[in-house]
Amino acid sequence: MSSLDSIYQELIIDHAKHPQGRGLVEPFDGESFQVNPVCGDQIRLRVRLADGEPVLRGVTWDGQGCTISQASVSLLTELVDGLPLERVAELEQVFNQLMHSRGHGLDQALEDQLGDAIALAGVSLYPMRVKCALLGWMALREAIAKALVGDSSPAHIPEGI
Amino acid sequence: MTDSLALSDIELAAIRADFPLLGHRLADGKELVYLDTAATSQRPRVVEEAMREFTENHNAAVHRGAHQLAAEATLAYEAARAGVADFLGASPEELVFTSGTTAGINLLVASFLAASGNKSGGSSQRFAVGPGDRIVVTEAEHHSNLVPWQRLAQLTGAELAWLPVDSAGRIRLDEISRVIGPRSRIVAFTGASNVSGAVTPVAPLVDAAHQVGALTVMDAAQLAPHQPLDVGALRVDFAVLSAHKMLGPNGIGGLYGRAELLQAMPPGSLGGSMVEIVTMREATFQPPPARFEAGTQAVTQAVGWAAAIAYLNDLGMDRVAAQEHALTSRLLAGLARIPGLRVLGPAEADGRIGAVALEIEGVHPHDAGQFLDAEGIAVRVGHHCAQPIHRAMGVTSSTRASLGLYNTALEVDRFLDAVSQVRSYFGVGR
Repeated sequence: MSSLDSIYQELIIDHAKHPQGRGLVEPFDGESFQVNPVCGDQIRLRVRLADGEPVLRGVTWDGQGCTISQASVSLLTELVDGLPLERVAELEQVFNQLMHSRGHGLDQALEDQLGDAIALAGVSLYPMRVKCALLGWMALREAIAKALVGDSSPAHIPEGI
Repeated sequence: MTDSLALSDIELAAIRADFPLLGHRLADGKELVYLDTAATSQRPRVVEEAMREFTENHNAAVHRGAHQLAAEATLAYEAARAGVADFLGASPEELVFTSGTTAGINLLVASFLAASGNKSGGSSQRFAVGPGDRIVVTEAEHHSNLVPWQRLAQLTGAELAWLPVDSAGRIRLDEISRVIGPRSRIVAFTGASNVSGAVTPVAPLVDAAHQVGALTVMDAAQLAPHQPLDVGALRVDFAVLSAHKMLGPNGIGGLYGRAELLQAMPPGSLGGSMVEIVTMREATFQPPPARFEAGTQAVTQAVGWAAAIAYLNDLGMDRVAAQEHALTSRLLAGLARIPGLRVLGPAEADGRIGAVALEIEGVHPHDAGQFLDAEGIAVRVGHHCAQPIHRAMGVTSSTRASLGLYNTALEVDRFLDAVSQVRSYFGVGR
């Protein structure tokens, strides 16, 4: 498999074309708006928490972007929805490590935790693309942080974009 | 534009031999096709050689010290200034060294801000802006010629207004009479867009600005590397440019200002080397250009820039323009034959530079860039630090190929061949 084909695997293309979690829903407990400064791609992501316990009960998002960013947010939705927030934070750490592994990957045990999102491992060979894969994760982290402090206000979206 | 001045194959081969990086092989052994000159140009050997010669024989702080090296360094620095100024059709005292185009515009804004906050009146008042005044820019600007002016407007209460662009990214000259009015104080515009490639017709903008007494600022970063430039003939008040886009090193650029304007303008950056008398209460400032060069200067880079300019002069900017025009024509004609592409700029080579941004239907620029990279082709993807012009043309970002004087017809053809495969690779348009 060429290095190009390794980042554009069937699974990734499929997720980009038929993404999970796309389409914002009400109500939500925390919302984040993130922009990739390189290309201007945007994502708006909402989380809902379970009543009375720190568990994710719904991730929805809207936005546009490249194959990598769209597939990554779709894969993360599949991976983290329904998990305790503590576990979500751990997975975010693991995914971050993977993205900064410069193509070397992680220990098998860590990689296995990422489920299908491990298909994005090849992106770590391309430092210019890591940001694309992390955009959704950044939005997720901020949305959860807002939800945890009870800030369910809409995210700020700059005028005129 | 006559293409008869274009380079012969033999001349072009000789030029390419001067640029070691162009022979660089990528990790997988593929030959590099460098089509990202609008972001930064590659450098001929003479630039590094001039910098090394300076470093090894003349390096010292300029305009201070009584030793021989200081004198040699100062001479080299001022000779570089003369070389750059001459390239622009300016005199040496009209050329301020900066760290680049962005720094030049920020320096202007800081100077205008200093003038706007000065209640004592005097000659600096022609640079003051305030409530009721208008700062005019265009929708075609690089962020570096937009965001600093936004700040100046916010801090002074002046209004920011802009000339829109048309669907090909050209500045709408028919809007001049609506946008440039009696209270307009500054008209800032790019000489050529780094996205659409459109070259700005400067005369109507300068005429309208001068009619109402506004100062004109031209961002020449994209124009200077590609066409002969004469700031006097263009009648602009200020112009800014960067060495690294015109075969020179990073970290050096210039701000041109008409002599009488620089004489009257307050400094925007303060510190050593730009003052005359300093007491604990106040300071007096040197005449330009020293007044605008606070701190230790990038002398080595200035020397490298002058070497790059000498290289361009040896070739002749008319020939550079002709060569790039011929290649741009080939590129545009080839693109027109590929389905599913839209050129985000003028479709003909006349009136544009060889920066050609594309929308590839159904494929995100990052993905297109990744595909092209795998073919050894270096292009720029993203918004190229110019979000508004992208938005005006109905896209968020684009895939941009940009030509330099060292590119070949074969390279253009390799790009065309690769770009024609992008949509099918991503399963679009089948």
